[in-house]
Amino acid sequence: MQTVKMVVTGPFSAGKTEFIRSVSEIDVVSTERKITGDSERTVKQATTVAMDFGRITVDEDLVLYLFGTPGQKRFDFMWEILSEGMLGFIVMVDSTRPETFREARSILETFRAYAPTPYVVAANKQDASEAWELEDMRHALRLDSKVKLLPCVATDKNTVKNVLLELLYSILAEMETSEK
Amino acid sequence: MALRGNLRDFTVTQLLNLINLANKTGTLLVEGPNEVARIAFRDGKLAYAQLGQEDNRLAAILHRANRLTTGQLRVIQMRASSLSDKELGLSLINANYLTQEDVLNALHAYFTDIIRRLFAWVEGTFHFENEMLPPEDRITVRLDLENLIIEGARQLREFEQLQDEIPSLDMALRFTERPGANLQKMNLSVEEWRVVSYISPRNTIQQIAAACKMNDMEIRRIIYGLLQAGLVEVVRIENVPAAVEKARAAAMPAQNKEEQKSLVNRLISRIRSI
Repeated sequence: MQTVKMVVTGPFSAGKTEFIRSVSEIDVVSTERKITGDSERTVKQATTVAMDFGRITVDEDLVLYLFGTPGQKRFDFMWEILSEGMLGFIVMVDSTRPETFREARSILETFRAYAPTPYVVAANKQDASEAWELEDMRHALRLDSKVKLLPCVATDKNTVKNVLLELLYSILAEMETSEK
Repeated sequence: MALRGNLRDFTVTQLLNLINLANKTGTLLVEGPNEVARIAFRDGKLAYAQLGQEDNRLAAILHRANRLTTGQLRVIQMRASSLSDKELGLSLINANYLTQEDVLNALHAYFTDIIRRLFAWVEGTFHFENEMLPPEDRITVRLDLENLIIEGARQLREFEQLQDEIPSLDMALRFTERPGANLQKMNLSVEEWRVVSYISPRNTIQQIAAACKMNDMEIRRIIYGLLQAGLVEVVRIENVPAAVEKARAAAMPAQNKEEQKSLVNRLISRIRSI
């Protein structure tokens, strides 16, 4: 049996757990804990402290694992461990919370430093009226025009599929480029 | 969709950077604890600024710039209060009292001063009204934002914030491909020029700092300014194909290139079928 893994990262409450839940064929193995901090509790009641874990069986020989990183900074020691051997990664950003954009960029840079693998950025909650436009987010996150910034609603399977597919296309494109 | 937020999370410098890069047209409304600033932009350039209830009619601006005496200001306010800014400006130019350049310089100085004062605001909210511009009778300017952005970034002193912005000094920098950006027009300091001279995808930020004899804080501050002005971008150090290969080999169960591609294609087919 061959296994490959992708990592879903991003700031606290960006929608990583929901993202994995939308496409995983198993119930996401989530290690959520009740939040103790007042400011964080106003955003949501529980958060991932170690990792989320989802699975997509491709065929009898191949399985894709999706790992979601803990969003809170005090668990960032987990990031490097999770990033080891990843095929690529997805940075989830909550389009309605510009206060998290700086952290999202910092997480992106950190993961790029861990492993030079392809990545895409998913602008989550694009269905919300207060969501920032993609182009504004691109500038705020200082993403090069070549970086894929994709609209996403983590609870909508189709947009999640699209994000995963775009990441896989990037992986394929990089393989083809390296052959030349 | 909204472009709104809080100054604690998004500094004025970052907002200017966003407006500049996105070539936005409209008005940025910043609500501080005591007053509201309205800054208008056309195609990403500063067009107009107003702070609170401050008198920003042309006569008052020219008086502040020492182009009109207090007596002259009083006369204008009494006898020509019905004139719009554009009409007053034209009258002063036609009377050979001022040149067009004098008027524009005074406006430039006043508007940039408002932006400078805004840099000190750390509390407040903002939102951007697309396409909203000042009234037709006001004189607008067309000022590049890059120098103001660099100036704003220079005022940023919090190491923590700089560390968040540039978490790793092991990355390299390269000049962005922005046709509008012109390095020659920028007022860079000697230190900034020194850093600029070393920018190459082959040099890490750490190496540039060593070459310029700068500590982490100094190099981060300068690079933050250059990043905010959209002059440079962070890239992985060049010659990483080997590292990419290594990372992919670690991630892929299959070692052969064709097998790897086939594996990715199988993943694509599977995801499509979900």
